[in-house]
Amino acid sequence: MDTPAQYFDWGFIHISYPNLIVIGLMLVLFAVALVAPFPHGSDRDA
Amino acid sequence: MPEATEVKSAPTGSGALDTDDGSWTLRVRRWVDRVLPMDRLLPHRQPYYVGSWVYVFGVITIAALVWVVVSGVVLSFMGPQWWHASSLGRFFNSLHFWSVQLFFIFMVLHLWGQYFMAGWRDGRAATWMIGVVIFGISIVTAFTGYLSQQNFDSQFIAINAKDAMNGSGIGAFFNVLNFGQMYGLHVMLLPITVTFLVVVHIVMVRARGVVKPIGLEGGAQP
Repeated sequence: MDTPAQYFDWGFIHISYPNLIVIGLMLVLFAVALVAPFPHGSDRDA
Repeated sequence: MPEATEVKSAPTGSGALDTDDGSWTLRVRRWVDRVLPMDRLLPHRQPYYVGSWVYVFGVITIAALVWVVVSGVVLSFMGPQWWHASSLGRFFNSLHFWSVQLFFIFMVLHLWGQYFMAGWRDGRAATWMIGVVIFGISIVTAFTGYLSQQNFDSQFIAINAKDAMNGSGIGAFFNVLNFGQMYGLHVMLLPITVTFLVVVHIVMVRARGVVKPIGLEGGAQP
C-alpha cells in the first residue's frame, strides 16, 4: 500500500496499471454482456 | 323554535369518488394514475429486447448503492476509531470502499449501454439528464468520502485538493480542510440527494418503459 503504482506510458497516455486493468476489465465485461446469451424466462413478451 | 338546518350528507359509493369538487388530492391521484399506473410501476413482464445482460448493469448499480448506504450507516454509528482499529470495523470500512468501486464501475457500464442505445430517445431526455446529475453528485460524494477517512491518506488528498478548490473559487464555501464540513456533506446531504435522484430516475424509467432498440418498428430513429 505504501508503494506508488507503476505507470503505463504511451505517447500522451499516462495511466497507472491498476486503473488500466480496471478499464480493460470493464471493456471486456461490456463486450461479453453484448454477446452472452441471456436466459429467457416466461416473464418476457415473445 | 330552531330552524331546520340542511345537512349535506357525505358522498357515498364509488360514483362519488370521481366528483371533482376542487380536491387537490383527487387531481394528484388522477395524475399519478395517468402518468404512472401500478402495472407500469411494478411490471411483471418486459419486452423481449430487454432480455440482454446490458440491462443488468443498472440493477447491479442499485444493488451496490444499497450496500454503500448500509455499510455507511454502520460506519457512521461506530466512528473512525472503530473502522481503523478493530477487525470488524476494517471489514465494514472495506465493504464500504469496495461497494463504492462496484457502484462506479457498473454505473459507467450502464452509461456506456445507454449511450450506445441512445437511451434519451422518445421523451426520455430528462431521465438521461438526471442520470448525468447522479454521476456528477456521486463523484463529489466519493471525494468527500476520501476526505472523511481520518488518516494520512485523507490529509494528503485534502492538502493537495485545496489549491484546486481555491483556484476555482469554490474553496470559500467548500473547504476540503474542514473535516466537519466534508463529513457532514458525505454522510447527510450528498447521499440523500443521490438516493432521491436514483429513485426519481427509476420511476421515470418505469413511467416510459425501456427504450426500444434503434431501428425497431415503432421505435424512433436517433
